[in-house]
Amino acid sequence: MAGWTVTRGKAVLLPMANIDTDQLIPARFMSTPRTQGYGRFLLHDVRRNARGEPAPDFPLNAHPDATILVAGRNFGSGSSREAAVYALVDAGVRVVAAPSFGDIFAGNAVNNGLLPARVAEADAALLTKVLSTGTAQGAADLGARLLTIADLSVPFELDEVWRTKLLNGWDDIDLTRQHSTEIAAYRARIQSDPGRFPDDNAVRS
Amino acid sequence: MNAPLTLLDRLWSLHEVHQGEDGTSLLWVDRHLVHEGSHHAFAKLAERGLPVAEPGLTFAVVDHYAPTRRTGPMADPAIARMIDTLRGNATRHGLRLFDLEDPDQGIVHVVGPEQGLTLPGLLITCGDSHTSTHGAFGALAFGIGATEVAHVLATQTIWQRKPQALRITVDGDLPPGVSAKDIALNWIARLGADGAQGHAVEYAGSAVRNLSMEGRMTLCNLTIEGGGRMGMVAPDDTTFAYMRGRPHAPHGDDWQRVLDNWRNLASDADARFDRDVALSAEQIAPIVTWGTSPEQALPIDALVPDPEGLPPAKAQAARAALDYMGLVPGRPLAGTPVDQIFIGSCTNGRIEDLRAAAAVLAGRKARVPGLVSPGSARVKAQAEQEGLDRIFVEAGLEWVASGCSMCVGMNGDLVEAGKRCASSTNRNFRGRQGKGARTHLMSPAMVAAAAVTGTLSDVRPLLKGRAL
Repeated sequence: MAGWTVTRGKAVLLPMANIDTDQLIPARFMSTPRTQGYGRFLLHDVRRNARGEPAPDFPLNAHPDATILVAGRNFGSGSSREAAVYALVDAGVRVVAAPSFGDIFAGNAVNNGLLPARVAEADAALLTKVLSTGTAQGAADLGARLLTIADLSVPFELDEVWRTKLLNGWDDIDLTRQHSTEIAAYRARIQSDPGRFPDDNAVRS
Repeated sequence: MNAPLTLLDRLWSLHEVHQGEDGTSLLWVDRHLVHEGSHHAFAKLAERGLPVAEPGLTFAVVDHYAPTRRTGPMADPAIARMIDTLRGNATRHGLRLFDLEDPDQGIVHVVGPEQGLTLPGLLITCGDSHTSTHGAFGALAFGIGATEVAHVLATQTIWQRKPQALRITVDGDLPPGVSAKDIALNWIARLGADGAQGHAVEYAGSAVRNLSMEGRMTLCNLTIEGGGRMGMVAPDDTTFAYMRGRPHAPHGDDWQRVLDNWRNLASDADARFDRDVALSAEQIAPIVTWGTSPEQALPIDALVPDPEGLPPAKAQAARAALDYMGLVPGRPLAGTPVDQIFIGSCTNGRIEDLRAAAAVLAGRKARVPGLVSPGSARVKAQAEQEGLDRIFVEAGLEWVASGCSMCVGMNGDLVEAGKRCASSTNRNFRGRQGKGARTHLMSPAMVAAAAVTGTLSDVRPLLKGRAL
C-alpha cells in the first residue's frame, strides 16, 4: 500500500446518517474474490431504484469519478467487513468526511489507504451546504489535517498513529516483526498460566 | 497506593506485549476465531507465503454460509465454495475446524463459550463485529477487519489504542417479559447507534448480576450496535458455574488456580470511568425497532414516531426509515402486521432464548411462517431433549440447523423485498435480511408473540399464567 500526503479530486455529498456496512456492500457480494474488484458493489442497492436501475439523482451515479465523500454521522457502522472499504477504494474513493465513524470501519479504512476524516458537526454542516447544489473540487491534506472543498477549509481529526500509517503506507505485519523477541518472551511467560492455552481435554476424551 | 483500576485496565495490561511511544499497544491474542468470511485474510497470508503463527490458538467455524437445511447437495455453488475455501485453509494451516456435520458446530460466538475456548481474562479476536459477545465472561473481545485478521494469523498479536471506559449500570429487577435484549435496545435508543464509539462498555449493577450467562452474552453482543467495539461483565459465580467442565476449560488443579485469577477480574470500587450511564431495570419495557438503525427503537406500547416532532438531525433519517419500513407516523406500533418471524443468531440463538420463545408458543399456533435456527448443534440437541423443537413445529414454525442464517442471509435464508420480519437478531439495517427486507428487532419472547398474533405485539399479556 502506497502512502500519500495530499489527495485531490471531486467531492460529492451523501447526506445520510448511519450509512452502515450492509448499505456500503450488501452481504450477497462478499463471496467474490478481491481480485475481481469491489467497486461495482459500492452502495449497490442504495443507488438503485425499485426496478434495479441506477437512480439518476443519486450523487455517485451522476459522479462516479468522485474521490471525496461527505456523509452524515456514524458512517461505516455495523459489521467488521473490510469489503465495505474495498468497495469504496475500488470505486476510487480516497476520503470520507463525516462527524463520526464506526470504530472497526475506521481502522479498516486506514489499513487500505482510505482516510476517515472526522469533522466537527458544525463543519459537516458547512461542507453539506457547499455541496448541496452539486459537486466541487476538493483536497485532503494529511500534513495539515485539513479538508478543503471549493473555498471552504475545515480541520479534521485523525489518530496520530493512523495519520503516520496513511502517510507512510506502512504494513503492520512488517512493523510487528521487529518485536518478535518481545512476543516470544511474552509467550514463554504465559505458557504455564492456566487457561491461556486451551485445555486439550476435548481432544483426549 | 496503586491507582484504582477498571476491568478494562486489568485486561489490557494482562495482554500488553509492547507499549508503543505513540500510545498504541501490541496485544497478545489468546484465541483467534475465523469463519468463511476470513478468506480475504487467508489470501493475504498466502500472498506473503506466511504460516499461521499459532494454529493451536486459532479455531475455524462454518457459520456465516452454513445451510440450515443440511440434507442434499448445496444448491448454490458460491456458498459451497466459501465453505470449501475455509476447509482448505483450516487443513493447510492445521486448524481445528468446526465443520457442518460436527456435533460442536454452530455460530462462532455461541461455539467459543460453549466449548470453553472463551474464558475470563482472555483476549479474543474474530473478523466479526459481534465478537463483543465473549466479553460476557470478563474477556477482552472485539471484532477486527480482514487486514487485522491477517495480522493476527501471522503474529498472534494486534495493535490497538486503548479505548475509553464507559460503565452502564443497570440496577433493580427486570419486569417479567423483559430481557437482556430490551436492556440493550434501551440504552442504544438513548445514547445512539454511535453512543459508545471509542469506548469499551462494562455492564454492572444488580440487574446485570442477575442475568444468566446467556443474557450477559446478549447484552455484550449488542454493544457494537451502540458503537462500542467491546462489551464486558466482570466474572462471578454465574460465570464460573457456566465454565466448569466445558471441553477446553481448565480442569483439575488448574481449575482451582484459574479461579483465583478470575476472581481478581473486576473494576475496583473506586475506579474512574470516562463515562457513566445508569438505567433502572424496572423502567425497561419490551422494545421493538421501528426504523433501519438499532437506535430507532421504542417500547411496544409506543406510537410510530412522527418525524415532524423529532429534532432536525433525526427527522430526515426517521422519514427515510419510515418510508423504507412502510410505517405510518402516529399509528400504534403494536398491531403492525408481520409477514414472518425469525428466531436465532449470535444475539439470541442460545438455549435460554429458545426456552423464552417456547414459553410463549407452547400450545399456540403461529399465524405467520417462520424459521427457528438454534445457535449451535449443541443448543439444537439440548432443545430437542427438552422438547422445545416440538413446540416450535407444532406451532407451525420450521426447526432448522444452526448458523448465522436469516440474520445476515449469506446462506440464502432471506426475507423477500417488502416483507416484514419480526426478528431476534441484531441489525435492522436496510437490506440486512435481504434486499428490501423490513426488519423489526426484538427479544425472542417478543418474536414469539409476533408469531402468535401475526402482528407486533406486547408479549406480557401472553405470558399471564404461564411458568417462566
